[in-house]
Amino acid sequence: MRALDRKLLRDLWSMKTQVASIALVIACGIGGYIGSLSTHASLLYSRQIYYDTARFGHVFASAKRAPASLAAALRGIPGVAEVETRVVHDAQLSLPGVVPPMIARLIGIDPARLPGMNRLTLKSGRWPAPGVRSEVVVNQRFLEARGLKLGQEMRVLLNGKQERLRLVGTALSPEYIYATRGGGMPDDEWFAVLWIDAEALAAAFNMEGAFDSVVLRLQHGASTERAIAALDRLLEPYGGIGAVGREDQVSNKIVTQEIDQQQIFGIVLPTIFLVVAAFILNVVLHRQVNAQRGEIAALKALGYPDRDIAAHFLKFAAVIVLLGAGIGTWLGHWLGNALTGLYTEVFHFPEFHFLLEPRLVLTGAGAALAAAAGGALAATRGILRLRAAEALRPPAPAAFRPLMIERLGYAGLLTSAQRMIMRNLERKPVRAAITVAGIAGSVAIVIGGTFWADSIDWFMDVEFNRAHRAQVSVAFPEAVARTALWDLERLPGVQQAEVSRAIPVRLRAGHRSYRTGITGLADGAQLQKILDADLHAARLVPGAVLLTARLAERLGVRPGDFVQAELLEGKRIKAPVRVGGTVDEMVGMNAWMRLEDLNRLARESEVVSSAGLLVDRASEPALLERLKQMPAAAVVIVQRTLLETFRNTSARNVLFFTTVLSVFAATIAVGVVYNNARIQLAERAWELASLRVLGFTRAEVSVLLLGELGLEIALAIPLGFLAGYGLAAFFIALLPHDVIAFPLVIYPATYLLAGAVVAAAGVASALIVRNRIDNLDMVGVLKTRE
Amino acid sequence: MSAPVFQARALTKIYRMGEAEVHALRGVDLEIRAGEFIVLLGPSGSGKSTLLNILGGLDTPSAGDVRFLEHQLTGADEAELTRYRREHVGFVFQFYNLIPSLTARENVQLVTDIAVSPMPAHEALEWVGLGERLDHFPSQLSGGEQQRVAIARAIAKRPQVLLCDEPTGALDYETGKLVLEVIAKINLELGTTAMVITHNAAISGMADRVLRLGNGRIVGEERPARKLSPAEISW
Repeated sequence: MRALDRKLLRDLWSMKTQVASIALVIACGIGGYIGSLSTHASLLYSRQIYYDTARFGHVFASAKRAPASLAAALRGIPGVAEVETRVVHDAQLSLPGVVPPMIARLIGIDPARLPGMNRLTLKSGRWPAPGVRSEVVVNQRFLEARGLKLGQEMRVLLNGKQERLRLVGTALSPEYIYATRGGGMPDDEWFAVLWIDAEALAAAFNMEGAFDSVVLRLQHGASTERAIAALDRLLEPYGGIGAVGREDQVSNKIVTQEIDQQQIFGIVLPTIFLVVAAFILNVVLHRQVNAQRGEIAALKALGYPDRDIAAHFLKFAAVIVLLGAGIGTWLGHWLGNALTGLYTEVFHFPEFHFLLEPRLVLTGAGAALAAAAGGALAATRGILRLRAAEALRPPAPAAFRPLMIERLGYAGLLTSAQRMIMRNLERKPVRAAITVAGIAGSVAIVIGGTFWADSIDWFMDVEFNRAHRAQVSVAFPEAVARTALWDLERLPGVQQAEVSRAIPVRLRAGHRSYRTGITGLADGAQLQKILDADLHAARLVPGAVLLTARLAERLGVRPGDFVQAELLEGKRIKAPVRVGGTVDEMVGMNAWMRLEDLNRLARESEVVSSAGLLVDRASEPALLERLKQMPAAAVVIVQRTLLETFRNTSARNVLFFTTVLSVFAATIAVGVVYNNARIQLAERAWELASLRVLGFTRAEVSVLLLGELGLEIALAIPLGFLAGYGLAAFFIALLPHDVIAFPLVIYPATYLLAGAVVAAAGVASALIVRNRIDNLDMVGVLKTRE
Repeated sequence: MSAPVFQARALTKIYRMGEAEVHALRGVDLEIRAGEFIVLLGPSGSGKSTLLNILGGLDTPSAGDVRFLEHQLTGADEAELTRYRREHVGFVFQFYNLIPSLTARENVQLVTDIAVSPMPAHEALEWVGLGERLDHFPSQLSGGEQQRVAIARAIAKRPQVLLCDEPTGALDYETGKLVLEVIAKINLELGTTAMVITHNAAISGMADRVLRLGNGRIVGEERPARKLSPAEISW
């Protein structure tokens, strides 16, 4: 080994704590990068494998009742490769001991000839015996969420009759990776998917020789839009309510949104880490180079070319980066595995595939190396310009000047210690700025990683407590007269009831279209309001439709424009409607009208399709029992149950992210603060030891050194709050928001937590360095020049 | 005769340097009286700095006993030694050890801020002839001026003893003499006990007493017949 390399190893070893702290910051960056992006790749891969092997459909549609003979026509649609028709029906489900009603989605299958599309994976038990109408296979998620066992019975309201169904197996379906009744919320406890003998189901709902749901697979390269249009045309006479492509299929849409988040996290956060690491490396190497001024001069005098000397310091940086890359790869592997596992559990992919592409390791390490090399080159540039003889002389004494505040005539305000601290800061503004930026960055990371909990909390508060105030929502399978309201008002415990109407619709503007629903609200509705994230209530303009801003954007329309509304129910009216306004709602892509206007549009009289109830909590169980007995009220949703499920699901993911990111951010804070303290200590050891000799106590000397850091942290934290807000806004802007647009809400407690995490990291680093202040060499300082 | 300021008995100091033991002091007995001007002479490694460091509360002896007035320095803990240095001892170093980020006045204030009954900083600086350069930073002062700031910093607390380790070591002849004059003046006019370590035998003419150290022991003690003023000595 060359002597210079030996020196490198010894230098590294003598700075091992600093080396480790920088390597850890790099490791966090690379780990986050590899972890998030490998999770992204793994989930995409797992989903792809699953969709391919399960032969997931490309186009999905439902209708009221289409004759089985129509299937041949569907097969004739250009580009269609395969058609599968079936009966799918939602019904009320009860389990012993569970008061709030649940919804079962019954899907007919032929046990003898299982579906060739959206293939099911049997996880346990068996398929229903052919022709046995009382046996069902349930989706695995519901079984787990409810803690059910095979063999157990549940009751389902089949066409007005309570039927007992026995669980004989559990299955996974690519169609219900994310099982939900709609909306963006997981609904595992309240929504069951039951696969039942097709003939039995058809018999129960008078659907013999007919179907109400169809799935298409398209030929490679076929146009989804054209297939949808053709399918809609064919289904229209049979009450088709508009087909959607795979990208708008609810489960797939939510899964995509979740997966895409990983990519955003995986790029934004690690970038911050690597930039911070490059800065720390730069500062540390600057110090190294300055401290080794004499040695560098000696090397030059001995005839080492500048290139070798620069390479020496570059190697120093490279070793740290490689160390960081090694730890980061391990960390990324762990994190990716954990995240992929977490999501596989959430998504119930039948198989767990974790991919760690070497590409990620190489690009991660490459980016870190580039960042570090930049830092190292900047640090060595100055010294290489020196001539050997010049470098051999000690550097000129540091020049200081009075502070700005003193030049303005306020010198008396400062103590000696404060003056020293301030003048040091003023003398090295760039380093101080880098330190402040690094610490602020870690504050921002904590905020960027943990504000989700606030966002979700605010979202739930707005959606459940302010926008949708009804505790119980009732949906009627068919539109009913508005007078149904009176019946509901008379039910036990109902304090207030409000009706509304929802009609499935396809909205068209030019060549763009979107399938959604128009909700008609009664004038002066109290239980359902249309609110944006800032709680502004949108007003419904008479005769016009109000669109979620995202929907208006997707359709390319503005207030005052017209959209073509194709109602997919009843008389299937097609009519232009004026866009009265847009609203920045947080959920979905919705359209709203006054109830009266919607009914007029549909050319129907006073009918409604759903109702919201404000209920006296004590009477809720009695009310729910009564509702379950009312065949006309098919779907009953209890607000509270939705809220709980959502809270539980989000809480676990949020906690994981919060913990990981807080640890990462603390690592950065420690890396920045500790390295700075060490450098300051090295630079000022002589000065501080002199002060000790003069009779300054350890505490007084510590204040001088740590005071500067304290000041930097105190400056950095509020800046970090600002940066954190910016980072959060950046994340919100990047995230897909088709399903849920999370609001940019950060509670004071989150700022407090971020400040506390970073301050604690600062204090911990300060304590480590404080220990070194206690052991300053007082005797040595008398005999040496700085 | 005045009361003793320092009383040391059988002082021993053993350093461990890696595997080797270095006997820096091998049983030094010493008594120094208030107002004395002591010069410590001796070759490198003779133990003079170790002795000064122990008397100044920067180091503790391995064995033996040392007292400053009524304070027992042997066995004192770090906090007690810090207080001792802060209240009673003025140090002057070969390389001045000024704080570069503070002006001359502020370097002195550093000490007056924490001393019990200090003299005003500008007065200390006037004492050393720097009344005109109060607001200069160390980088704006010559070596001799820097050393005089260091002396002003040392005496501002009105210490009982002034300990100087090679105070002229880094200075040229003229400036060195100027600095010695200041030290002599303080000894004479303020009555501060002064101990000066030097390689420069010529300085011993200024002393009340010259202690020669060799190999960790006091090997000679002289009392010059006539105490010279710095102006009268040359080297």
